[in-house]
Amino acid sequence: MRRFLRNRSGVIGLAIVLFFTVATLLAPVLRPYNAGTDRNLAKRLKPPSAEHVLGTDELGRDVLTRVWHGGRVSLSVSLLVVGFSAVLGTALGVLAAIMRGWLDLTLSWFVDILLAFPGILLAIAIVAALGANLTNALIAISIMGIPGYYRVMRSAVIGLRDLEFVQAAEALGSSKFRVAVKHLLPNALSPLIVQVTLAIGRTVLTIASLGFLGLGAQPPTPEWGLMIKAGYSQFLTAPWLSIAPGFAIYLAVLGFNMLGDAIRDHFDPQLRT
Amino acid sequence: MTTYLIRRVLGIIPVLLGVTFLVFAINRIVPSNPAVAILGDKGTVESQRQLAEELGLNKPVFFDVEGYRSSGRFGQLFDSQYFKYMGELLTGNLGKSFMTRAPVTDSLKVRFPATMELALFSILIGSTLGIVLGVVAALRRGTWVDTGMLFIAVSGVSFPVFWTAIVLIYLFSVQLGWFPPAGRLNVTSTLQPVTGLFVLDTLLRGQYKLFLDSLHHLVLPAFALGTHAMALIMRMTRSSMLDVLRRDYVRTAASKGVPPLVVVMKHAFRNALVPVVTVMGLSFGSLLSGAILVEAIFNWPGVGSWIFNAITQRDYPVIQGGVLFVAAVFIVLNMLVDLSYVLIDPRIRY
Repeated sequence: MRRFLRNRSGVIGLAIVLFFTVATLLAPVLRPYNAGTDRNLAKRLKPPSAEHVLGTDELGRDVLTRVWHGGRVSLSVSLLVVGFSAVLGTALGVLAAIMRGWLDLTLSWFVDILLAFPGILLAIAIVAALGANLTNALIAISIMGIPGYYRVMRSAVIGLRDLEFVQAAEALGSSKFRVAVKHLLPNALSPLIVQVTLAIGRTVLTIASLGFLGLGAQPPTPEWGLMIKAGYSQFLTAPWLSIAPGFAIYLAVLGFNMLGDAIRDHFDPQLRT
Repeated sequence: MTTYLIRRVLGIIPVLLGVTFLVFAINRIVPSNPAVAILGDKGTVESQRQLAEELGLNKPVFFDVEGYRSSGRFGQLFDSQYFKYMGELLTGNLGKSFMTRAPVTDSLKVRFPATMELALFSILIGSTLGIVLGVVAALRRGTWVDTGMLFIAVSGVSFPVFWTAIVLIYLFSVQLGWFPPAGRLNVTSTLQPVTGLFVLDTLLRGQYKLFLDSLHHLVLPAFALGTHAMALIMRMTRSSMLDVLRRDYVRTAASKGVPPLVVVMKHAFRNALVPVVTVMGLSFGSLLSGAILVEAIFNWPGVGSWIFNAITQRDYPVIQGGVLFVAAVFIVLNMLVDLSYVLIDPRIRY
């Protein structure tokens, strides 16, 4: 822990992440308006002022309120996505590594196929087909995340499975499942933790991108990507509408990335860059 | 080497097959009937049925088992949606746009060069900046220069690319007026395309003013699209350089009295290049997907803005064809990157 605290950028990252976590958790208390429906058409598109620090949008809603509430959407969906893909990817990766043979080949082939779609392309294809809403975006991004965990966990377990303590457990008659859960998984946790922390920032960006494309959250949900999309059309007259949520995305992702890098350095000093 | 080459090239076939199958499957699990979607409110039950027949939607999805049983012809088994789709794919037919009725393949031919041009310039800007800054950071390790570079690198992967694009337009087009906010050329100018890469075409046609104009239009979108790649390339260059600079042969060269610049460029940099090229190749692929956002904002008439518009209009054949095409390009690109290692590093043999 002390070693971690010496990593300056890691501490800054942690501070940013904590700030966003607290601020979004407290959003309903700090900003007790309904971010979706509290409108005031008399105060449409007002530039930043003392009353509305980040101005108001085309329906007279306070932008700062919407940014805070948008954080709730982005962060909670990101955590769900990372959770889903980590659990699925890990399970499949461990399964492939301990079963070997055709199951390994099939799963690896499937993962190669998922990896053949660069960036958000696969998510676009899935959401465009299933219908544009936040749930489908969540499903799509979770599927997109599987290959990363699959590959990391598969190679970690392959590195472990022939070690003596694993063979000893097998010789004692433990089932494959028991060996995987009790012996292999706990020893392969650190690459998993690294993968998870680095994935959160990326996921926040992907959710915002889909939102901007109109394939994620739908109005009036205060979602950062969607807010930029809405603000973009008023860009010349009211630039704060798209600048504010974009900066929130940048800051949140920056925090998670800095924290993730520090955690990676912590668990895997050899990878230090 | 030849065996490796053949194995690597053949190896992309199962992945390509899987990709086409996955895109097909995604579009078949849709509950909505495409015939209904195309005809919209105007469709009658009869016209929907006709269109469904025309599109082959009345056929079985994978195998026509019943048709085979009743007719006894083996070929009848493959009279299905999937095999029809694969057959058309192999002949380069990706269907027609719901909106314009134009064949998807034709639009791809027109739009792909524009995306290619943008992606090439993005990777050019991204790798030039990334490599230079990465080398500088490695040589100044542990100083404030290094810290600053690392901050730029981590920031570069934290910006949402569509937001960067919007902010760049706001700053450099709207406020300062230095660069045009949209398009590939001034609206008034005309250019007869040769290759579709306007930077090249203007030179081939001898229209030097237009050449500068096309470059001028490229700067902002290419920079916006390239920031992410720049950050990744910079980090990889820095860590790879740090790794190589510790090596014995670098120390030997330096102690022999080889000038520092020559040591850095010839002994260290060249050997640090392999992982950097990997990152460049991978970033190039993700540029193709980032282009969907950037092209839409800069009104760049490439594959990206085309897919973007198709998404807003629910034009499924275009989304499907565009996604397939970009994935195929990405697969081939990854293969080329793998093969390029041999050229860069003679120590690598397959």
